[in-house]
Amino acid sequence: MKGLTYFSIALLFLILIGLIYKSVPILKETSFGNLFFSTEWQPLKMKFGLLPFIISTLYVTIVAVVISVPLCLLTAIYLSEYADKRVIAFVNPLIDILAGIPSVIFGIWGIIEVVPLVRDYIAPAFGTTSSGYTILTGGIVLSIMIFPIIIHVLLEVFETIPEDLKNASLSVGATKWQTVKLVILRKAAPGVISAIVLGLSRAFGETLAVLMVVGNVIMIPISPLDPGYPITALIANNYGEMMSIPLYDSALMLASLILFVIVLVFNFISRRILKNIERKIA
Amino acid sequence: MNINKVEEGIFKVLMKTSTLLVLVSLFLIIYSILQKGLPSLSWAMITQTPKGGFFLGKGGGILNAIVGSLYLAGGSTILGLFISLPVALYLNVYRTKTSQFADFTRLCLDVLWGIPSIVYGAFGFAIMLLIGLKASLLAGIITLTLMVIPIMVRAMDEVIMTVPKGLIDASYSLGATKIETSIKVVSKQVLPGILTAVLISFGRSIGDAASVLFTSGFTDRIPTSLMQPAANLPLAIFFQLSTPIPEVQDRAYASALVLTVIILLISILSRIATKKFTKHKSLV
Amino acid sequence: MKKETEILVPLMTEVCDEGNICVEGLNVYYGDRQALKDINITLPAKKITAIIGPSGCGKTTLLKCFNRLIDSIDGTKVTGKVMLNGEDIFDPHADVIKIRKKMGLLSQRPYPLPMSIYDNVAYGPRIHGIRKKSELNQIVEYYLREASLWDEVMDRLNTPASGLSIGQQQRLCLARGLAVKPEIILGDEPTSALDPISSAHIEKKFVEFKNKYTIVMVTHILRQAIRIADYIIFMYLGEIIEHGPAHQVLDNPKDKRTSDYIKGIIS
Repeated sequence: MKGLTYFSIALLFLILIGLIYKSVPILKETSFGNLFFSTEWQPLKMKFGLLPFIISTLYVTIVAVVISVPLCLLTAIYLSEYADKRVIAFVNPLIDILAGIPSVIFGIWGIIEVVPLVRDYIAPAFGTTSSGYTILTGGIVLSIMIFPIIIHVLLEVFETIPEDLKNASLSVGATKWQTVKLVILRKAAPGVISAIVLGLSRAFGETLAVLMVVGNVIMIPISPLDPGYPITALIANNYGEMMSIPLYDSALMLASLILFVIVLVFNFISRRILKNIERKIA
Repeated sequence: MNINKVEEGIFKVLMKTSTLLVLVSLFLIIYSILQKGLPSLSWAMITQTPKGGFFLGKGGGILNAIVGSLYLAGGSTILGLFISLPVALYLNVYRTKTSQFADFTRLCLDVLWGIPSIVYGAFGFAIMLLIGLKASLLAGIITLTLMVIPIMVRAMDEVIMTVPKGLIDASYSLGATKIETSIKVVSKQVLPGILTAVLISFGRSIGDAASVLFTSGFTDRIPTSLMQPAANLPLAIFFQLSTPIPEVQDRAYASALVLTVIILLISILSRIATKKFTKHKSLV
Repeated sequence: MKKETEILVPLMTEVCDEGNICVEGLNVYYGDRQALKDINITLPAKKITAIIGPSGCGKTTLLKCFNRLIDSIDGTKVTGKVMLNGEDIFDPHADVIKIRKKMGLLSQRPYPLPMSIYDNVAYGPRIHGIRKKSELNQIVEYYLREASLWDEVMDRLNTPASGLSIGQQQRLCLARGLAVKPEIILGDEPTSALDPISSAHIEKKFVEFKNKYTIVMVTHILRQAIRIADYIIFMYLGEIIEHGPAHQVLDNPKDKRTSDYIKGIIS
């Protein structure tokens, strides 16, 4: 029992060490600037500029979070403060189901519904043409994928706010909305931020759904209607040839390492904040 | 005063709209998959393996992917359970002494839960190279197991944590040893929790593609040994969709429907398991 | 049974005068469970009324009816009336905000709002439309003095209220409640989380405020009721068993359940 428990902790460090070990060759061969600040990705010429991929990942993630957060906040406030029990009993299982849908299904749905939406309506509305496979498309699909995690964490955070604190505000004649706005959201701020960061890191590491809809063109996207090529897509698309070109596998492992470290840090910080909130209540 | 009421009114409408939008997105997804997938779903699709030229539109089905997925998900869930159950019990039965340690473990597991599956895939691939394993069912199962361990431990942990401390103490005071306590009292109380953990992990591993992309390989045949490569549904969907041939793309939708149905079934089953559990809890 | 006691014990007051809180046939249900059973009572203005009784007897529920915080508990049903100044608090058309503004609330534990000391006191006035800084400054100082907190916090008004001691926090909550100029102060075991010195502080304030406010407090400390209450209501299992002037209920209880409670047999 004890051994297995230590193993499960060690897994975190094993992954880190494994990825670092595999990334060392490329870090030795190529300069830092050539890896992170170069846009040239030509494995055959030993050029591994990761910048377009990093920017694409950040861009898609930010679009997803910008779409998702307001909707999730409003939904979570509604469910925790306004909705009656029957609504909650109806909505919660559906959100759980949404959480269970595999990313390839989101990807397919993105191709069926969102790609045409962007191509036929959104792009023309902004006076451009687009294939529909864009950063925005990826962002929309991702935003829905991260609904469940953000809403779930937000609901848990709002649940920790004592009824008596709300009553304190209501009893001086504040309306429910004023109480939400001035007291609950302020009190819940660290938890809300954690929820957002958890959603963000989920979006950050999502692979298949994004890969299927963002176009996978190696360039630095400027407009949300440009295609992009996120890190996860880079790794997934090139696994086939990575063993046949020198340093290629190491470059992809480095890309995985970047994903891992960023998600690790985000998760660690937000989980710590959430734990502290829980502890304060208990 | 009045402005406040108007503001609250506007936000109430926004809140209800958002909630509706979240729900509609779910229905929209399921509806799209049904609408696109149902017409091309056939008995042959789910009972045959791909014939030659399947990806060019010739006959056959995706039985290889269905069975491969079941093997992968089943294998990793069983292996995961053997590792996770003792960890979850350890965290709870010995929690009084090492609660700080337990807290740290939980934190690590939560963080592991959040690690993208493609990273597990890359790590699994690194291990494969290290131990000289080829892309195979076994490699896929190992990678998926690593991915589901944190999910299973935490799912069971959450449930076991709700077992009243008094119950455990009561068992101690009757002279039961710690091991007996773990097995008898806790296991009985948490059986539905274990079931939930199994279902969640099964659902998660059957739908995951990024982690098995490098590790399980892909083949048209149904694997007969752990050392053979195995297909899986998400990748089958992805590959079919990537072809330019419309009939093959249609089959991708049908395959997506199959996967969605499996996932929904698992969702419903775990709802029932949880329901059963909460019923028990209210009795305590 | 109940009717009988009402005849035997002198009523606290008979008429529903201006300022009195008059409860008429009040029933409260939490789902299937009835928490309050046919409550008929008049609480006199500008006095301290203490509600006593074993835990779970409905004391806090009764208190929550007065400022309609009962509304925010899921699955409750309320029938009957609570009249204040000729208006029924439970009238569907009643303005809940106005009702709550009339009642300051002190809860079991102090719950300072997640903001500065200054903003805590200014919270209510701001919500009710006071924006002018000079006016707010005056209000904050005045009510912090009212709650005997000013001298301790005057040089750190802009620090978070959570930095105060528990006793100070409770006085801050008192100032916050007073700042919206209530007629009534509701205390839900307001000293139960406090140390003896802080408790004495709050009790002293209550006695001082008696001429300005109607005070209704739930308490489980009999000695506290003896020290400061003018009137006492004893509740048991959702019913009012006995009520009247404090010394009479405590020294000379008419009902066996009251005397059992006072002797400590029921708790």
